Amino acid sequence: MSLDTLFTDNERELFEYSMLKRHRLEEQFENLEQQTHAASTAMWVFLATEVMFFGTLFVTLAIYRLLYGEAFEHASSRMNWIIGGTNTIVLLISSCTIVLALHFTRLGQNRKAAWLLATTAALGLLFLVLKGTEYYGDWRENLLPGWKFDAHEWTRGGLSEDQVPHVKLFLVFYWVMTAFHGLHVTGGIVAVGIIAVLAARGHFSPAYYSPVDVVALYWHFVDVVWIFLLPMLYLSGTHTLGGS
Amino acid sequence: MTTDVAIFPRQASVGAYEVDLLLAFLSIVCGSVGLLVAGLLIFFSVYYRRRPGDTATPPETPSSHALEWFWTLTPSAIFVVMFLWGAKVYLEAFRAPADAMPIFVVAKQWMWKFQHPEGQREINTLHVPVGQRVKLLLTSEDVIHSFFVPEFRVHMDVLPDRYTSVCFEPTEPGDYHLFCSQYCGTNHAGMIGTVTVMEPGDYADWLSQRAEGSLALEGRKVFLKYRCISCHSADENARAPVLEALAGRPVHLSDGSTVTADENYLRESILNPGAKVVAGYQAIMPTFRGQIGAEEINAVLAWLGSLERGQTPTRVEDYSPPATTPAITPEPKQP
Amino acid sequence: MSTAVLEPQPMPIPQTPARSTYLNVAHGTLSWLLTKDHKRIALMFLAAVTVMFFIGGFAITIVRLNLMDPEGGLVEADTYNRLFTLHGVVMVWFFLVPVVPSVLGNFFLPMMIGAKDLAMPRLNLLSFYLYMIGAAWTLYAMLAGGVDTGWTFYTPYSTHSSHYNVVPTMIGIVIAGFSSMFTGLNFVVTVHWMRAPGLTWFRLPIFVWTLYATSLILLLATPVLAMALLLAVIERLWQIGIFDPALGGDALLFQHLFWFYSHPAVYVMILPGMGVVSEIIPCFARKKLFGYTFVCYSSFGIAALGFLVWAHHMFVAGISAYAALIFSSLSFLVAVPSAIKVFNWTATLYKGSVAFETPMLFSLGFVALFTAGGLTGLFLACLGFDMHVHDTYFVIAHFHFIMVGGMVMAYMGGLHYWWPKITGRMYSQFWSRLCAIILFVGFFFTFLPQFIVGYNGMPRRYHRYVPEFQVWNVMSTAGASILGVGYVLPLVYLPLGFKYGKLAGPNPWRATGLEWQTPSPPPKDNFEQTPVVLRDPYLYHLDKAQNEP
Repeated sequence: MSLDTLFTDNERELFEYSMLKRHRLEEQFENLEQQTHAASTAMWVFLATEVMFFGTLFVTLAIYRLLYGEAFEHASSRMNWIIGGTNTIVLLISSCTIVLALHFTRLGQNRKAAWLLATTAALGLLFLVLKGTEYYGDWRENLLPGWKFDAHEWTRGGLSEDQVPHVKLFLVFYWVMTAFHGLHVTGGIVAVGIIAVLAARGHFSPAYYSPVDVVALYWHFVDVVWIFLLPMLYLSGTHTLGGS
Repeated sequence: MTTDVAIFPRQASVGAYEVDLLLAFLSIVCGSVGLLVAGLLIFFSVYYRRRPGDTATPPETPSSHALEWFWTLTPSAIFVVMFLWGAKVYLEAFRAPADAMPIFVVAKQWMWKFQHPEGQREINTLHVPVGQRVKLLLTSEDVIHSFFVPEFRVHMDVLPDRYTSVCFEPTEPGDYHLFCSQYCGTNHAGMIGTVTVMEPGDYADWLSQRAEGSLALEGRKVFLKYRCISCHSADENARAPVLEALAGRPVHLSDGSTVTADENYLRESILNPGAKVVAGYQAIMPTFRGQIGAEEINAVLAWLGSLERGQTPTRVEDYSPPATTPAITPEPKQP
Repeated sequence: MSTAVLEPQPMPIPQTPARSTYLNVAHGTLSWLLTKDHKRIALMFLAAVTVMFFIGGFAITIVRLNLMDPEGGLVEADTYNRLFTLHGVVMVWFFLVPVVPSVLGNFFLPMMIGAKDLAMPRLNLLSFYLYMIGAAWTLYAMLAGGVDTGWTFYTPYSTHSSHYNVVPTMIGIVIAGFSSMFTGLNFVVTVHWMRAPGLTWFRLPIFVWTLYATSLILLLATPVLAMALLLAVIERLWQIGIFDPALGGDALLFQHLFWFYSHPAVYVMILPGMGVVSEIIPCFARKKLFGYTFVCYSSFGIAALGFLVWAHHMFVAGISAYAALIFSSLSFLVAVPSAIKVFNWTATLYKGSVAFETPMLFSLGFVALFTAGGLTGLFLACLGFDMHVHDTYFVIAHFHFIMVGGMVMAYMGGLHYWWPKITGRMYSQFWSRLCAIILFVGFFFTFLPQFIVGYNGMPRRYHRYVPEFQVWNVMSTAGASILGVGYVLPLVYLPLGFKYGKLAGPNPWRATGLEWQTPSPPPKDNFEQTPVVLRDPYLYHLDKAQNEP
């Protein structure tokens, strides 16, 4: 229903004013619409820089993958694709819950949205827990070059000794990329947690839901990055060498 | 070698002449554009300066798309000429005819080492004959350096663990500065040497006074020393590819691709043998990284370059190939 | 002597009640340190980059003094190496990259588009603190021990050979990189959504266009540098061969990633300068900017093509001849938009009414020096020529023509152009004009000899050198001392102008931009009421005020 049909001009102005007060229109903006657009643009532009961050790592990894295919496949086949795969599903579900949360915020159903946001954050935590379990396993399996690494394991596994540095190279990318991604998930959980609390307090309305929109965008991005990480890190060796 | 003030570097190679010609062309074109812009700036500012008592607002000058396109397209056309000319001079520096004299250069902090095909070794001084095209094969033992002889107008970075290459043809006998121009640490400024260009007769004398056999012969010794012959023999039951008449020719690899057996391939096959395995062979060769020195590799490459059919030394003792693998990676250097 | 020239004005206008400006709206240190006002943040940036500029300048002073003597007796080789690294790192990341965007851009971007502030004032303050943390961290790393890698950090020297504080310096630069990215993010969003009613894209001043293009570069290139440096940090700490050939890495990959950032960053350092000059020249020639749309598009041409030319820093680094050919041709292409700008600035003067006020002197100096720098850039894009002068003083001279002759002149021009708006008062015309002339002359003396000594073959980063290069080095050092005097002068007359200068009024130059249609210094929210824009920028020919006596 449109506001125009319900209120007189005066009432409408009054209503909009109270809406603005309630949602703390930042003083640099003229109106709420401008503020919403600005927030959404800011997130899109920020994600473009994120693409460049991850893109650098992906391109570097791809170059070395082309150069040292065999070593990379061997190293990749040692990745725990079961946890990696489960985590993919966890993140996909969490993307679904946050999109539902956005949907209900738009309808003004703050309560449902709050529950869905809380679920999203919980799924994010589950992702981190699983990731931590996997890291622990990697540690036990001597997959941490620089601290815990056994070159002979790899030469016994069919690689020549001059390929061992390439295995380390793969593992470094595995750690750097998943840790960097994990950092993003952690940030996402905090952000989702905050808007979950706000939603529980009835902060959002059909006229004002920009924070949910922006955080959801970010959360999707983090999800998408993982979808690229999975094949490049976990699956590139598994499907050629038959897994671990 | 030196005048008191460096006004203009001597032209001591064929390339130097080419680069100076390019300099003249670029200076004339860019200089005229620069002078034109500066002249217009000064003329407009002075001629149209605001005088005391000026009150009239100057009228609008209508914009002109024709003019804009003119000064967009004209520079572009000039740039095409500059690009093509520059590319020609650049590519010329890499042209290595078959009779070019190959000289291996090994750079390290902070010295230059040279290996002549005749076996001579030099440190920080390089002797070359005038009128002979020289092909340098450069590699570094530590960080990146850069080989730079201003009088030859030639410049090439020296990278660790691979060969780069560049050519020059000296035209003037004399002594010339050799600089390292890629920053390489504390004594970067001290990593300088001399290139001595000699008349061919003098060069032959110089060679004969310091004759040490040939680099290829030395490479043959290295080949035997590391017992490469155990596998790389030329008989039927060899476990490794025959190396005769290999250098510069195409090699079929086990993954189906083909590479040219150039210096970088041969070097990689010694240090990183698992990377590109020849079709029909197993990856059984151990790496020689950390055992064989850069100069020894150079010698082997020189020998391989000269190795024709039927010249592989016969195996006198039946060494078995190494049964165990040596240490895997070099010890990490401490920062 | 300066007091005689500045003539403290007995204020004729009774100032009761004092007008509220951004300067007096709140008092106390905290009102500055926690401000969200883009104008106050800009002034804090101004103080910070000025300090950094003089730190970097101090380092290079010692370097130049050392180069007076071919034996380089003044400092040890290691000290020398750390000094030129300090100069490079501080000047590039802590002066040239932030100087115009974070000081002039921060102050004037919102004012030029009629906004109350940037879209994200808190993020803006965070940018400032990230810059300060990065700067403090880097300075500490470089003074307590130092770094000797050069600002380019080439591997494997930086990751395996250098014995100095490489890791903390790299981390400091990454932190400062976030500051640049947040500033860029803020600008992009602000330009998109905060423009005043009627201010369409093609009514924007060129300075806004160039800041927008700069922001895009900052946003898309900085992450690549951050990642490259972090990978280098990992390599150095744990001896993993990401960039070390001995361990399976590729030394050239670092150079590719580094220049993928650092070449576009060169345009970060010059585009805003071009924007400043595009404001000043029409104002002091009383002419509409010639070819406005071509100047707009050329900014984006530079930003886009700037991403495709990085390997021209590597023509003799061991890249393939094909790559060299492609990057050379693209490098020529990126010169075209710069040429367009130069021709349009020159054409703007045609039939104008040119006044030689200080900002105009700086701008004319900028056009001349930038043209010289750009033309020598063509020499370097030319493969065969670069083969000879790569990594020599020819390259040093070329990029100082762009960075110092270009950017610093433009920055000084902008500072003098907008100083009356920032402070509300004029500075000494005599001293500021003298400063412009000193800088121009000193600059030529410093860097022209470097072209010659470079062509003769003096490599860069040499602590000592062969004696026949001495004459040129002494000339260069002499020129640098003139430059030094020029840089100190504004430290004296600008603050004096702030305190004692005569009142400037809202629009001392009778300029057309929105920022001039509000009192000087501006009130906290920039405008008393949101301005409405009804016409194109730079319509100086419609200015009838000039006819009045």
